[in-house]
Amino acid sequence: MTEPLLRTEGLVKRYGGLLATDNVSIDVRPGEIHALIGPNGAGKTTLIHQLTGVVAPDSGAIHFAGRDVTRLPTHARVRLGLGRSFQITSVLREFTALENVALAVQGHAGHSFRFLADARRDESLRGPARRLLEEVGLGERADTLAASLSHGEQRQLEIAMALAGDPRLLLLDEPMAGMGAEESQRLIGFLQALKQNHAMLLIEHDMDAVFQLADRITVLVYGRAIASGTPDQIRANPDVRQAYLGEEAP
Amino acid sequence: MIAALRTPRGLATALILLVLAALPLLTQAFDQRYLLSIGTRIVIWSIAAVSLNMILGYGGLVSFGHAMFFGIGGYAIGILSAEGISSGWIQWPVALLAATAWAVVIGALSLRTRGLYFIMITLAFAQLVYYVGSGLEAYGGDDGLNISRSRFPGLIDLRDKASFYWLCFALLCASLWFCGRYANSRFGLVIRGAKSNELRMTALGFPVFRYRLAAFTIAGALGGLSGILLANEGAYVSPAMMSWMKSGDLIVIVVLGGMGTLFGPLYGTIAFFVLEEALPPILNLAHKGWGEYWMIVFGPLLVLIALYARGGIDSLLGRRHD
Repeated sequence: MTEPLLRTEGLVKRYGGLLATDNVSIDVRPGEIHALIGPNGAGKTTLIHQLTGVVAPDSGAIHFAGRDVTRLPTHARVRLGLGRSFQITSVLREFTALENVALAVQGHAGHSFRFLADARRDESLRGPARRLLEEVGLGERADTLAASLSHGEQRQLEIAMALAGDPRLLLLDEPMAGMGAEESQRLIGFLQALKQNHAMLLIEHDMDAVFQLADRITVLVYGRAIASGTPDQIRANPDVRQAYLGEEAP
Repeated sequence: MIAALRTPRGLATALILLVLAALPLLTQAFDQRYLLSIGTRIVIWSIAAVSLNMILGYGGLVSFGHAMFFGIGGYAIGILSAEGISSGWIQWPVALLAATAWAVVIGALSLRTRGLYFIMITLAFAQLVYYVGSGLEAYGGDDGLNISRSRFPGLIDLRDKASFYWLCFALLCASLWFCGRYANSRFGLVIRGAKSNELRMTALGFPVFRYRLAAFTIAGALGGLSGILLANEGAYVSPAMMSWMKSGDLIVIVVLGGMGTLFGPLYGTIAFFVLEEALPPILNLAHKGWGEYWMIVFGPLLVLIALYARGGIDSLLGRRHD
């Protein structure tokens, strides 16, 4: 079995009396989509925040790409190959789509303490940015302000930004949120194609998408991972059916 | 370059720069010496406004203490001068170094806060510098300190008003040139991106704090330069040059001119000084004694700009294409 790309060991995070993350150990292997599901308030976002370095766990460890990154700041984890999209769309609204992605490329192109050369005409940034936009299907919207893009387009833009720097692992926090059925289906196809080169940890409420995409699923309830396995195993798991899937389970 | 002249903005900017470049000749021709001294102060304040715009306009960092760099730059000159060191070759580097070092310290502490807290902490540091300045009894305390102008033997005589003006104007042009490059450089885009969405920039792998600290330091150094010039302009330094009201004036100037635009600080400074000089006599014409209350007109004017011209004077000159 291949070495996992991301591995957490007994992560614990408390907020006062609330145990938001309760001894969670999960891993993501190269070339795999691992989906994280759970009802609202299950602690998915808290877990993502620990993985990205927004909050520090109270105990436990996070290993990424063979390194202990538990105490590493966000930007350093990004540099190691951790790309992410946000649950609530987070783009630079005053910048064009192309400029958004060009900045993402710049983030991986060494330091930015360069004061004189015009970065807005820098083909070493714009070229890759244009290719990424085309890859996610936004090629024609390159010069549109991010604020003027439709919601679905902004989600696509986020993924293009997350892909800059060729991350080894993508953390996708509800990428389908607010998308129409058609847009979702297109995104599912796109993510399937991406899987070859980028492992993914996917948080998603759209169960159709999860069961279509995921190689493995972990179910989080009250901060605890109550089950983990293939989509078929999860579907058949009685605890999961009771705690989460409820009537929706096929 | 030539194409830029066809837009109202390009034409207005070119005219302003032309008039500023020729100002000593114009004031001599019309025998208006007093105007050259106002012109010199406009140019120096423009440099300070350009420096504040680099963090406030492009970076969204509302520093309410930028006049402290007037004070640091000015007092470095003043103290050295009082101690008998009159060579500009020593004074100016020492003053610039002092402003830079102070900006690093203040930036490192203030940039850990956001929003209103950042405004308050920069104000607090500026007040600290202010009270240290007024407590320096050996250097005039509250009354300030008369100094002799920096000496650059064989190069330039700063006592000559026209030479000094042109030096300031050249430094303003250099500041504008640098700011224009800065705004579209990789560094500038990080600063502007962080203004738009700090969390996003961090997730893209940018250590935002470091970039902001560097920007704050550059702005502080340039602010220190304007302090050096201000001290030489009046041959005088006093705590008043770094009072919180001066910091407020600088913010008003940047907002009035157009935040995050290259020439906005220049428009803003000119408008501010012209209104300050012109409103009292105009009001006195309307009714003797009203001139004293020119702020009553100036205040609402600012409110109007804030309400109806969000991009400041710059936005009145048509859409921008950068």
